[in-house]
Amino acid sequence: MQPEIDLITSFRNPEHIKALAAVIKKEVSRPINIMEVCGGHTHTIMKFGLPQILPEEINFVHGPGCPVCIMPKERIDHAIALASMPNTILATLGDMIRVPGSQTSLQKLRAEGKDIRSLYSPLDVIKIAKENPEKNVVFFAIGFETTTPMSAALVEIVLKEDIKNVFFHINHVTVPEPVDAIMSGGDAKIDAFLGPSHVSVITGYKIYEPIVQKYGTPISVAGFEPTDVMESILRIIRQFNAGTERFVDNQYTRAVSREGNLKAQELIARFMEQREHFRWRGIGDIPKSALKLKDQFAHMDAEVVFKEFLPTQELDDHKLCICGSILKGLAKPYDCKVFGKACTPSNPMGSCMVSSEGACSAYFKYGKLSKKGA
Amino acid sequence: MSKKILLSHGGGGEETSSLIKELFFKHFENEILLKMEDAAALEMNTTKIAFTTDSFTVSPLFFNGGNIGKLAIAGTVNDLVMMGAQPKYLTCSFMIEEGFSFDDLESIVISMKEEMSKSGVKIVAGDTKVVPKGGVDGLFINTSGVGEIVVEGISAHNLKPNQSLIVSNEVGNHGACILARREDIELETELKTDCASLWKPVEALIKAGVKVAAYRDATRGGLSAVLNEWAEASNVCLEIEEEKIPVANEVKGVCEMLGFEPYEFANEGTMVICVQEGEEEKVLNILHKFEETKKASLIGKVTDKYKNRVILHSAWGSSRFLEPPKGELLPRIC
Repeated sequence: MQPEIDLITSFRNPEHIKALAAVIKKEVSRPINIMEVCGGHTHTIMKFGLPQILPEEINFVHGPGCPVCIMPKERIDHAIALASMPNTILATLGDMIRVPGSQTSLQKLRAEGKDIRSLYSPLDVIKIAKENPEKNVVFFAIGFETTTPMSAALVEIVLKEDIKNVFFHINHVTVPEPVDAIMSGGDAKIDAFLGPSHVSVITGYKIYEPIVQKYGTPISVAGFEPTDVMESILRIIRQFNAGTERFVDNQYTRAVSREGNLKAQELIARFMEQREHFRWRGIGDIPKSALKLKDQFAHMDAEVVFKEFLPTQELDDHKLCICGSILKGLAKPYDCKVFGKACTPSNPMGSCMVSSEGACSAYFKYGKLSKKGA
Repeated sequence: MSKKILLSHGGGGEETSSLIKELFFKHFENEILLKMEDAAALEMNTTKIAFTTDSFTVSPLFFNGGNIGKLAIAGTVNDLVMMGAQPKYLTCSFMIEEGFSFDDLESIVISMKEEMSKSGVKIVAGDTKVVPKGGVDGLFINTSGVGEIVVEGISAHNLKPNQSLIVSNEVGNHGACILARREDIELETELKTDCASLWKPVEALIKAGVKVAAYRDATRGGLSAVLNEWAEASNVCLEIEEEKIPVANEVKGVCEMLGFEPYEFANEGTMVICVQEGEEEKVLNILHKFEETKKASLIGKVTDKYKNRVILHSAWGSSRFLEPPKGELLPRIC
């Protein structure tokens, strides 16, 4: 019999975490601002209280890697407009339904009787479409490279089974472009990156190589468990201490390779292509940072088919909300005047408070005791 | 074709009467119920009476380790027990959707009977309504209960610094089990609900004379809700050692996959007990003798470090507040 590996507790072993903290303390030789790109890492860092056990030299800067947080209001208004169309079911993932648009949220719309489904798997769309042949089912697809293959797989099945009542509103975004945008902006003081876990499983860690070359910042791809993050921090420190050429380091070897999941990449490339532009909440327009359906699939592209229903005006955040600065790594949630007061998870003003992976939500839930977010 | 519940079974006429006799009287049989008066006339040995009610709407109706009927008995029994009361009498109302299977209803009724035998409680009055299709989701049950208070002064307002906190079982099993059974998730798991009546272990604690400040069953909102309610009611701080909280590996797995916290999952047979300093070992020794509380664990202490707060300490030296659960449970995206 194979020995059973406990995939949770093995990576949360208190002795290992304490030992890593001790080595980090011993070896760290300079202050390092580390941006964790992915919201999942923000969640890990805050939930396990890592800043409390790390030396002062290590400062976490939270990045733009929460797919719900970076969605500009006008695209949430798209979802609301689509869900409000007659004879329509709108399906989307997770906490997207809580994000406020300019007037309302999908959750409120659902309470008013619109048919809005929060799915666990995009493939559930097939079942919904077959059970409701007389209705249009619009899948509001969100997420980074992690969830894109599932949307592509859904497109493949819809085409193969010739299901006529499924439409796609694609909001899939990619990691390297916003990271480049933040670095080239020059305002954020970032010395190194924690590379996303699940995104890298799909894309491979090769996608970060141009960033390291261009900006000389080490990137360590880390798993989502506390020992993963701690180990990646140590490996970043060692890159600095060695003083050699910077490189993309892969700590998460149990799931990530340089090339990634080629089958998933091929599936995405078959149905989707880069958009010329995508407006990121708080960051603004970033060229080629998101995907859309290829033109040959325009007949199932909700942005084409239902164009007349979709508002076009660009909408900015509430003046007091600083989600934009937080997503660019220029501010921390505690810097925000409305954090925890006018803006809470039950009543969010900005998107970083909505998603459990948003920095504000993680600070609200886990950070209030130590006040030491990073 | 299998027998179905029809609208006429709730009409108050002959069919209602035969459903009551063939099903409810057959299994719930006791002297008071069989008198068929408009109300049950009860005898109590004390003037201190605990009285509670709860409605059960769980979906799915059947799950690993229990069903809505078992839940409807254990839930109300536990609410009485948590006040230091011996459960005595229950009322029970069924709201049944037209077309519901008679066999399913009977197996639910049989589980209720079995669950009642664990605390000696009796159903002494009841009501049956059948509603048109779509009026309820299969079956809803309401139970109300009265019990004789055996130890006085059990209260959420009683917590004081230096008292200890004990949880009676693994937390999150029921919530995770129900979530995994939901049609849109379809997780394969052997997880079982913790659904159980807690009278026997609590009776043993009462008989042993242990000094308890408060009991509460960690139902909706889970462990996190109980701890936060207590901290607020008694204006104290509860400091919890996270690694002492028993959580089944499968529950951890479900939580990790879907982005939930086991401390926010519902339990149906797991309680938190606040005991006087020095009583911990005695309480644990008693609890460990019962199947339903054999995984009981000392998880923390009451302190005055903050007001109205619950602190979770990790085993590697970090701490955070455990916030009360909020909003709809939504799975995370990636």
